[in-house]
Amino acid sequence: MTDTAIADATVEAQPASYLAAGHTLLSWLTTTDHKRIAILYAISITFFFFIGGIAIALVRLELMTPQGLILTSDAYNRLFSLHGIIMVWFFLVPSIPATMGNFLLPLMIGAHDVAFPRLNLLSWYLYVFGAAFTVYALISGGVDTGWTFYTPLSTNYATGYVIAAAAGVFVVGFSSIATGINFIATAHMLRAPGMTWFRLPLFVWAMYTVSMVMVLATPVLAMSLLLVIAERAFGLPIFDAARGGDPVLFQHLFWFYSHPAVYIMILPAMGVVSEVIPCFARRTIFGYAFMVYALIAIAVIGFMVWGHHMFVAGQSPLANLVFSFLSFIVAVPSAIKVFNWTATLHRGQITFEAPMLYALGFVGLFTIGGLTGLFLASVPIDIHATDTYFVIAHFHFVMVGGTVSAYMAGLHFWWPKVTGRMYSEAWARFAAITTFLGFNATFMPQFVMGWNGMPRRYHYYPDVFQAWHVMSSVGALILAVAYVLPLIYFGWSMIYGRRAGANPWNATGLEWQTSSPPAKENFDHIPRIDAGPYAYDESDHPPAAGDRTLVRSQGETA
Amino acid sequence: MSDAAASLREPWPDLDRQREGVSVGIWLFIVSEMLFFGALFLGYAVYRTLYPEAFRIAGAETAVSYGSVNLLLLLTSSVTMTIAVDASRQARRRTAIICLALTMLLGAAFLIFKGLEYSLDIAKGLFPGADFPLQPPQTQLFWALYWVMTGVHAIHLAIGVGIVGVFAWVLWRRVLPIESPAIVGVATYWHFVDTVWIILFPLLYLVNRS
Amino acid sequence: MSNSVGHHVNIWLRPTTVWVALVLLGLANLGSAYLPLNALPLNLVIAAIMVILLWLLLMDLIGSAALIRLIAVAGLVWLSFMFALTFSDYLSRACEAQGGDRPAALCVDRKINWGAF
Repeated sequence: MTDTAIADATVEAQPASYLAAGHTLLSWLTTTDHKRIAILYAISITFFFFIGGIAIALVRLELMTPQGLILTSDAYNRLFSLHGIIMVWFFLVPSIPATMGNFLLPLMIGAHDVAFPRLNLLSWYLYVFGAAFTVYALISGGVDTGWTFYTPLSTNYATGYVIAAAAGVFVVGFSSIATGINFIATAHMLRAPGMTWFRLPLFVWAMYTVSMVMVLATPVLAMSLLLVIAERAFGLPIFDAARGGDPVLFQHLFWFYSHPAVYIMILPAMGVVSEVIPCFARRTIFGYAFMVYALIAIAVIGFMVWGHHMFVAGQSPLANLVFSFLSFIVAVPSAIKVFNWTATLHRGQITFEAPMLYALGFVGLFTIGGLTGLFLASVPIDIHATDTYFVIAHFHFVMVGGTVSAYMAGLHFWWPKVTGRMYSEAWARFAAITTFLGFNATFMPQFVMGWNGMPRRYHYYPDVFQAWHVMSSVGALILAVAYVLPLIYFGWSMIYGRRAGANPWNATGLEWQTSSPPAKENFDHIPRIDAGPYAYDESDHPPAAGDRTLVRSQGETA
Repeated sequence: MSDAAASLREPWPDLDRQREGVSVGIWLFIVSEMLFFGALFLGYAVYRTLYPEAFRIAGAETAVSYGSVNLLLLLTSSVTMTIAVDASRQARRRTAIICLALTMLLGAAFLIFKGLEYSLDIAKGLFPGADFPLQPPQTQLFWALYWVMTGVHAIHLAIGVGIVGVFAWVLWRRVLPIESPAIVGVATYWHFVDTVWIILFPLLYLVNRS
Repeated sequence: MSNSVGHHVNIWLRPTTVWVALVLLGLANLGSAYLPLNALPLNLVIAAIMVILLWLLLMDLIGSAALIRLIAVAGLVWLSFMFALTFSDYLSRACEAQGGDRPAALCVDRKINWGAF
């Protein structure tokens, strides 16, 4: 049985689950329960993930031949722009924080809900409104500016729905900010008695630091897009070179957000992995304090490196030097985390359930993504590799190999808690392995062709790259299958899956001390905490690997 | 006092913690607004650094009397807002509600003067475009920033006027108790809008006056 | 944060005093702009003092919890990142004399010509 950190264990009849508290659509749409809002988000982001996925499926199909296949150049441009805009703002940025963060943060700190439940619901409505508006604009004609909206293309020359798309992203940004405000206030003000900062699970620290980034970075994106709209709609010259404006100023403002944005994507992923690996290695996390400092360091230094996206844009050589140096520095805390996850595995009793497969995949793929980021942080190498497929491969390794893998790890790890059901472990492991293989087949060739000169965002390309493109597109097909599989077995599990007990993984953490699914109020009595997290190897007889009783009788305690 | 206890909301364990939580929340929002306006100030700072002469020529055309009157209005409104907050903490209903109403009126007066100033600016042709009256072309950068900065500020102020008005009404009709912690949030937002104007004033109105 | 009744027994005194100070500073700002000197640094300093008075005394940062003050300071710190690093670009661009963006006033002869980097 798990080591529990709770001083008094409550044994009582199973309270009504949060899922049973109201069955109407209205009860869901007017809920202030953080757990229901998490599910609302999960459904929404999954929907937009597949729209973004369909867009890139068409792109990868198109790229099978060096000349056109099914798309005009203009349609091609609009499709990769749609893919980028949707995946960044309507999937990756909200993904882990708005779903798992919302569901788990109050549970992990011993609170009844987040600090501002109605603001939480508002943040979901802002997301839905912004997303629907943007996607409508993108599908009815869209933009060809790429997700980066660079001026003067976006302000002066682009045809298409630039203003609508920018306005939609502007709105969804406030969803981000609202979530960030909520999480920071919750972490400061609603921790259970005895839950000191250094007894918090690393997932909570990840939610806290990502919230800092969301609150501080997103407003600058909002302003940069507002200025694009002002210039395009009202002719106000802000970035117009003819009147002295500087397009590079747009890039400074845009990347001041968009670089920290990638840390918005990776910090929660790191938080998930820090929960999963200790559980399935049956070891406490190695170097907890440095894991915390690393999260903070990434969140802070991540704000000082944005110019590495602009090495060839017209920034001064001195600025290039400064940003390059700081970009090398920001890699250090990430590396410390990779070392610590690896050290956590050492002398562990490792088992390979689906969450662990995804988490281990994360460590490997994130390392490759991070190392290639160091290549790009070097100015002379970046001058060669910028705007090629090398960059595309780099950021997909960290965003997809990294964040999406961690998202899947968390989804599988906490699925029993959220739904009260177990999914099919065999199918899940198959999907995890297929994901890993499909992902590498898709993106490894892109490193090679990028280094050899294949430009990004190009519709036509020299014949010499066709073999790599075909490999990449076939890999994308495998990846697509791997992403559809969970829809099927998760859906199946909700109807036919075995009922899960409170703690099917024998994990530590307050969320596992509640029923699966949890009651609406989370806890009958707010627990008192008197020990740190990850107490996996503190008992004399840790559970043997594979010894996990899935179904617990009612009211059984730790 | 049961009125005060009625303001306790889920998931807060007690009223003091809730008050502090509201302050934390509203200050985090203010920080996001600092970065939002900060991006505009950065644009201004960059272009003023690159084109000092053009900014001098362009800045001479702003209506400094309107700007100064508006500064006075907002400074006064911040003071009435502060008095409203202190009065509410001492359960002095009439004072609090009257001061909130005064704050709202001062804000509304600002907006009226701003509208008059805008029509004056437009009459002088000071909207960047083909018929812009000043040279060199970089003077249009100053004026583009003028319209965006004062426009975004005015939108924030208008929202503030609305919130203060609604809040005063809600207190008057006793929908919320007079000690409601929400007033601190409203006041903090209002003071921030004032802060932005205090910084905008020298940047837009005190350029090239000597 | 102290919300106790009686913390400011007289609710008029402090706000009115601060109002007088703010108005005087505002007038000083306005007046100094008409003096024959480069008033921008002085104007910004006066504006900063006005903001500090407003924040400390009217927004009651002086009476607020340390966390609130930390949050306010964090906003300023992050603004400084944004300004400092952006200006590391603009202030080291090629000088006008070499066909670049940087105006002559900021191109002082120094041992290190940053534009040559």
